[in-house]
Formats: sequence, structure tokens, C-alpha cells
Amino acid sequence: MSDTHHQETIELLTFRLGDQEYSLDIMCVREIRGWTKATPLPHAPSFMRGVINLRGTVLPVMDLSERLGLPPRSHSDRNVIIVVIHEETMTGLLVDAVSDIITLPKSDLQPPPEATSQGSSAVIKYLTLVDERMTRVLDLPNIVAFEQSDAA
Amino acid sequence: MSLEILAVDDSRTMRDMIRLALEPAGFTVHTADDGIHGTEVLADTAPDVIITDINMPRMDGFGFIDAVRDQAGHKTTPILVLTTEAAPELKLRARAAGATGWIVKPFDPAKLVKALQMVAG
Amino acid sequence: MSSPDPMAEIRASFFIECEELLEAMQDGLQMMDDGTDDSETIHVVFRAVHSIKGGAGAFGLEALVRFAHKYETVLDGVRADRLKTTPQLLKLFFRASDHLSDLVRACRDDTPLPIQNGEGLLEELESFIATEPSLAEPEPEIDFRPVGLTLDLDLGETDDAPAASPAYKIVFTPDTEMFENGNDAFPILRALSDLGPCQITCDTNRVPPLDQLAPETSYLSWTVILETAADEAEINSAFEFVDGLCTYSVEQTDAQAELPILPALVDLPPAAELDPTPDPDVTTSNAKPKEEARTPTVAPKSVVRVDLERIERLVNLVGELVINQAMLAQSLQSAGLSPHSDAMNGLEEFQRLTRDIQDSVMMIRAQPVKSLFQRMSRIVREASSAVGKDVRLITEGETTEVDKTVIERLADPLTHMIRNAVDHGLESTADRLAAGKPAEGIVRLLAAHRSGRVIIEVSDDGGGIDRARVQQIAMDKGLIPNDAVLSDTEIDNLLFMPGFSTASTVSDLSGRGVGMDVVRTAIQALGGRISITSTQGAGTTFSISLPLTLAVLDGMVVEVAGETLVLPLNMVAETLTLTPETLDTIQPGLHVVRVRDGFVPLFDLGHLLGYRQRQDDYTDSVALLITHEDGRSGALIVDEIQDQRQVVIKGLDDTFYRAPGIAAATILGDGQIALILDPTDIIAQTPDQSQALRAKSRMEA
Repeated sequence: MSDTHHQETIELLTFRLGDQEYSLDIMCVREIRGWTKATPLPHAPSFMRGVINLRGTVLPVMDLSERLGLPPRSHSDRNVIIVVIHEETMTGLLVDAVSDIITLPKSDLQPPPEATSQGSSAVIKYLTLVDERMTRVLDLPNIVAFEQSDAA
Repeated sequence: MSLEILAVDDSRTMRDMIRLALEPAGFTVHTADDGIHGTEVLADTAPDVIITDINMPRMDGFGFIDAVRDQAGHKTTPILVLTTEAAPELKLRARAAGATGWIVKPFDPAKLVKALQMVAG
Repeated sequence: MSSPDPMAEIRASFFIECEELLEAMQDGLQMMDDGTDDSETIHVVFRAVHSIKGGAGAFGLEALVRFAHKYETVLDGVRADRLKTTPQLLKLFFRASDHLSDLVRACRDDTPLPIQNGEGLLEELESFIATEPSLAEPEPEIDFRPVGLTLDLDLGETDDAPAASPAYKIVFTPDTEMFENGNDAFPILRALSDLGPCQITCDTNRVPPLDQLAPETSYLSWTVILETAADEAEINSAFEFVDGLCTYSVEQTDAQAELPILPALVDLPPAAELDPTPDPDVTTSNAKPKEEARTPTVAPKSVVRVDLERIERLVNLVGELVINQAMLAQSLQSAGLSPHSDAMNGLEEFQRLTRDIQDSVMMIRAQPVKSLFQRMSRIVREASSAVGKDVRLITEGETTEVDKTVIERLADPLTHMIRNAVDHGLESTADRLAAGKPAEGIVRLLAAHRSGRVIIEVSDDGGGIDRARVQQIAMDKGLIPNDAVLSDTEIDNLLFMPGFSTASTVSDLSGRGVGMDVVRTAIQALGGRISITSTQGAGTTFSISLPLTLAVLDGMVVEVAGETLVLPLNMVAETLTLTPETLDTIQPGLHVVRVRDGFVPLFDLGHLLGYRQRQDDYTDSVALLITHEDGRSGALIVDEIQDQRQVVIKGLDDTFYRAPGIAAATILGDGQIALILDPTDIIAQTPDQSQALRAKSRMEA
């Protein structure tokens, strides 16, 4: 009997922001759609790109790079919106491009090192290696459940 | 024994309870919301036993029993009255009105089935 | 479709029914209090309590049964004219109703039962029962024994039953009346035979010769020898329904084999079936007099209960339909079709139908505010007794229908306002008498439809707002500068400022850390506005204005800095084109437009919403004149007016970083989202402007 028999696995959706690789638990991903013009929300923080029409619902879209404090870049047609759901609220995350869906044993996930636990790593839940490349597993609640007072 | 029952009660909860108690026993249950509705339903059905509440709007249980007993076809149809507590004078009144028996709420489904089978003969 | 637990479902539906019953009960009591009751009213109240008790019993909710029973007993006294409805008794009924509601909700939510009031109320109810001997609990024993199918019989506890089954001799002689009630001998004999092996003998001695035989008369008698482990009570239970309608005796015997074994049941048909000829004399002989009070009244409305989710889906679909229709209209127009073409005529019809469907769907969600008002009458009772004031609540417009969600979300703000009115609005009884007012204070709650919106007013006939004190408090708390010169309206509006509380002593009631600012926020979240008017010595009125539904809006579609925005059409009083003659600059960044004899401040939407820099010159711009209910006004500058049309409101929740002035969003014909503005929120944003403006007005005057 091998260990893998009762090893729990996790499915991750991986995507790129700049030259870095990130991922999200596939369970919170609803769909992926192409970029459309968003209606800006006055006085919202700059990472809020605005709202788009997702089949009749108003979907807020945030620029994930800006949300994570990465340097701003220009957008291309390959940019996509990952629609995620957290506590029944849907949010769109604008990313550069979606890479892959991978399955990993949960034991391959490591918490990020203490040293980086300040700043942006509060939104990074785990680190893991995929094909010798490091991918960051994002902590979705910390990204979307952003206190409005922070934004004001 | 499969019986056809008409249950008249203004409380939806009670109607649901009766239905829940009787349908698994293979009974067919018709329901009505009050006495007037009960007589209307009675016109289209031929229940083996009638169950009725006493306190109802428009036409109460006594009035309903009266109306049922006035019909030639239902002079001997068993009628069970639902009462909330064992108030003897209520039972006497129900009997005087022509009720066959009574069921004290809350009822036990098994006993309700038994009581119905008993009065249905 | 499988239902997981039918009992749980019935339980849930029982509590829904309870809400309806509680409402009917409250209604009835209110009518009795107002003197608008009729003979049926007390029966309705009684039945409501009775039905709650019945259901509660079924679910073993003993505390609820116990209280409902006592309450019902007193109501029954009134119903039967044994008790007089005094104001004192009515007050007790109201409090008992409140407690009953609490019990129901505690049972429903499985939270601890509200005990403290319960025992006192029970005692008070008891005292009414005690004063009226005929209301006392009925004696359990009268001329027949109600043994019962009441299932309280615990069959498992008959341990002391003798090991060897004893035998009973049962003699049973039905009276003729027994058959008139739909009873029959056969089921009773069968019930006995279910208890154990038995021998049944039929005594036909009394049957007369056929020519003397009277139809529907009972002549038969049975003797049963029953071997059973069951006790006498159980044997008696077989006779429960016929006790008093027959002669029967049960005695223990050892005469097992004495009787010859006969066929278990005689082949004679039951007596009542001997002659099927109807005999009116017999059948009506024991009809009891009808009760006059129970005359049929209005038939209950036929109601279908629908899962709210299904309605939501329908509302959403209709919203889609409206958007789709708008898109279709847009593409047909751009295709250059003649307005008289079949397609355009068809589209017009389509538009009309869409609107009708939309209205109908919205009606499904609409509910009368009555349930909400009923809750408030309770708040008044509790609040007035807590502060020792005599208060009467007068409600008007209870049948006004409002969207269900609006009603639900109004409960908290309204509760707070009502408490405020009782606590702060009304003077103490002594002060009232000193001012020559009646001791009883009035709180009025009104709902009405007014120009496409719902108006809800809470007013009191108290002393009015003490403006000097309000201003002093605001200064003390640093909310306004010490040299501020404020109009009455502006002082009144200080009440809505965060952190403001007028009570110098924090009372138990409204001093709960919630101020009127929270009320205002809640109202604004519903797309509503709240305003205040007060007259010294005569009272204060809070007026809430709400959209009829949260779902549709007649909007004006405008363009600002390339963005499309929607304003509620009913808030746009006028559209103005700005000319050098009407434009005026008061200070850099503060422009006004002359409208007839007044000056109205201009608001640069493009700048306020952060779309672009402030413009220098507004000549030839279009401005929309907005007038607020409290008299303030402002003109919003837009680039272009595009259209007037009905839009479907899509809510923006708090995670959307909703800025002040942004009420909601909608989806336009091209599929793009447009924001819906709350213009009054925008013109309320800059009090410094209006102050400067007043300074100018004074200068010019």
C-alpha cells in the first residue's frame, strides 16, 4: 500500500502576472472570460477596475497585479478575468494569462517563509514547485474580502 | 385497508400533519380549509371517514358536521373531531352534533390510523 | 424530488403559519382597541391562539402550549361573553400576544425561552380565569370517561399486568343513537378482538318480528369473552366513541370455555343499514342550535406560497427581458426602419407587454407594510412602559404595498425611530400636562404612495426639537464650529451626524449606541432619503421616501466624460442650458446658476466622480436641476442627455466600494453597465458651498 492511496490532493488553476506564476484553488473558480471594458467605480481604490456585466449580474473586477502591488503593465487581448466566488460573492480577477490546471498532493504545499510574511505575502497562502518553477497559491479571502475602510 | 379521508382544518400545519400521518399508511387524503370548503370538497369526493377541526372561520366544525349529516349519503359516514385537549364538554357537543368520535391533538400517527380504521369498520 | 425530513418541513411550515396567525391576532386586537371590531373579531383572535397551541402540541413545544392555553382560556371567556373587554384586559392581551410571539420565535429558532415576563403574564391571565369561575379548568370527569386515543397511554408500563392473561366478560348493547353518529358495532367488536382471542355471541332476542321492526333502531346485543393482557382501561378505550351511546359492562371472569364457540361475527348487517330510507326526523333530532356569532364572513384570500428564490429568478429574467428589449429597439432603430413598419409596431407592442410583465412581477414581491407596523406597535408598548409614558400609536396606510426586501430592511431603522419618538420626541407626562396637552402622547406612523415613491412618516406630538440645545451639543462635541450660523433645517439635520445623541442621560431605550446617522445610512442603502421637520411645542416628523421597488427605475440617461450615468427621472426638476447670463462664480470652484429668483449651486459631475479635472467654464453645458425634499437644491452638470427610459436596478453591495452619490447600477442596451446616481446625496455632500451661497444671498438681499 502506498501513501498516495490516502493522500489528499488539491487542484490548482495557475496563471501568470508579469513573469511570475500564481495559482488559486480551482474550487473557488467559477469561470474564465475574456476582458471587456469595465465601468469605473468613482473613488474606488485604483486596483478596482470597475464593474462588468456577467450575464445580468454586476461583477466587480480587480486588477490582481495592482492588488498584489506588482508594477503596472499594459494590458493585451490575452488578458482574462478569472471569476471567483468567496462567501457567495463573486469577483473578477484580471490576470495576464491562464496557464494550466494542475493536481498536487496537499503535502507539496508549503507555507511561505516567515521573513516574507509582511506585506504582500499575507495574500499568499502556500508556495509550491511545479516543473521546477515556483508558483504562489493565493489566499482568496484575503484578496477579495478587502475592508472598505482600507479603500476609502 | 386503504381508505379515503377528508380532513377539514384551517391550520395548514395540521392538514400537513394529517396528510403525513395517513398517506404512508396508503390512505387517500383530501383536505379543506374550513367547513364551507369542506362541503364543497365533499361534493366531489366520497370519503370513508371525515376528520374535522372545531374552531374554523366561515363555518366551524359543528356547522360542518350538521351540513354533512344533512346529506342523505353521509348520514352514517364516520366523522372524527379534532380537539386540542380532552375537554369533555366539547366532545359531548361534538357527539350531539353527530360526530362519531374524536382525536385529541397532538395525535400519534399510528393511533390516528387505527382510529380511522376502527370507525371505518 | 425527495424531501429529507417531512416533519422538519411541516415544522418549518408551522412556524410560517404561526407568523400569519400572530399577524391575524395582532390585527384583531388592534381592531378591538380601535373599536372597529365586529362579532367575528374575537373569534379570529381566539382561533389564532388556538391553532398555535394545536400545532405547538404536535411538536411538543410545551412552554408554548402552556402559555397559549392560558391565553386562549381568557380569550374564550371574552368570546363567550363571560368576560368584559376592558382597556385593562386589552392591554393584557397585547402583552400576552407579544409574549406569545416571543415564545413562537424562541421555539422556532431554538433559542432560550423568554421567561421573565412569562410567569407574571401567566399569573395575570390566571387572575382573570379565577375571577370567572366558569372559566376555571374543566373538571376532567363528567358523565363519561374520556379515555382516549390521546396516546398518553403508555402501553409499555403495564409491567404489573398478571402473567397469565385474564379473561373479561363484556356485554355490549348499542343504543339507536349510536348509529346516528356514524358509529357501528362491528368496528368495536373488531377492536376488542384485536386485544386477544375472544368469543363473541350475538343476542338477537330483542329483534321483533319483521313487520314490527322499526328501521334505524338497534335491537342487538353482544357478549364478548376476551382473553387479554390488556387492562380494563384499554378495553374501555374501544368504547371511547360510543360511551353514553350504548350500554356496556366489563368484568373480569374465569368463564373462558363456558360459551359455545360461535362464528365471530353475526351475518346481520349493521342496524343503521337495515333501511336506507332517509328519515329526516331521526337525522335532525339531535342537531344543535347554530351559533349566531359564527356567521360566515369574508372568504379567506386564496394564496399560493412560492419559494422566494423562484421569484428572484423570475425578477432577474424579466430584468433580462427589459434589457433585451432595449437592445432590440436600439438595433432596429439603427437599421433605419420606418416607424410605421410592422417591425416597429411590433416592437411597440413588445415594449408595452414587457412593461406589464415587469409591473406584475414586481407586484409579486410587494407586501403591505402592515406586518412592519404591527411590530412597531409592540415597540411603542415596550418603549412607553420602559420610560413610564402613556403613548398611543396611530397607524395609517397599513395596506400600502412595498417591496418585500424594503420592508425587511426597514424594521431596524424604524424601530429606532419609534423608540426615539417615545423616548426623546414625547415629553414626560408632567411636562405635557403643564403644556396643556393631553397626558397621552401620540406617535403616528404613516405609509403612503406619493409620486412613484413610498413615503413613511414617523411623527410625534411632543415638544419639537430644542434647536438651541442641539446646536450647543453639536458645538460641544466639535461637530460644528462654535461660530457656525445655521438655519433651522441645518440644525435639525445635525441629528443625522455621526456621534450625535440629544439625550443628556443615556436612557435604557434609545441609548444603544445607534444614532440617527445609522438610520440614515440604512435608508440610503435602500435608495431612500430621510428628512426631518419640527415645530416648537407641536412635535417632530421624520419622513422617509423610498423607491417603490428595488428593481426598476424610470431613469434619465446622461453622458459625463465618456461615461454613461443614470439619474432617477423623478428627481430631475428641470433641465437647464447654462449661458453667460445665468452663470455666476462666487469663488474659485464654486459656481451658481440663476434659476428664476434664486441661486443654485452647480456640481461638476465629471469632477466629483473623479472622471476628469474641474472645468473652468460651464457655458453651454447642460445642467439638471435637482430639488431636495428639505428645500435644498443643486444643478448637476452633464455633457449630454441621451435618453429617458426604464432601467433595471442592479444592487451594488458594500464590497463594491460604493462612493457617496452612487446608488446602484444598471445594464444598458449595449450590455454595458451604467451607474445610477443619487443626486440628492451629491448635492448634500458639500455643506460649505451652501453656506457660502447663503452668505451671497444675504449680501444681495
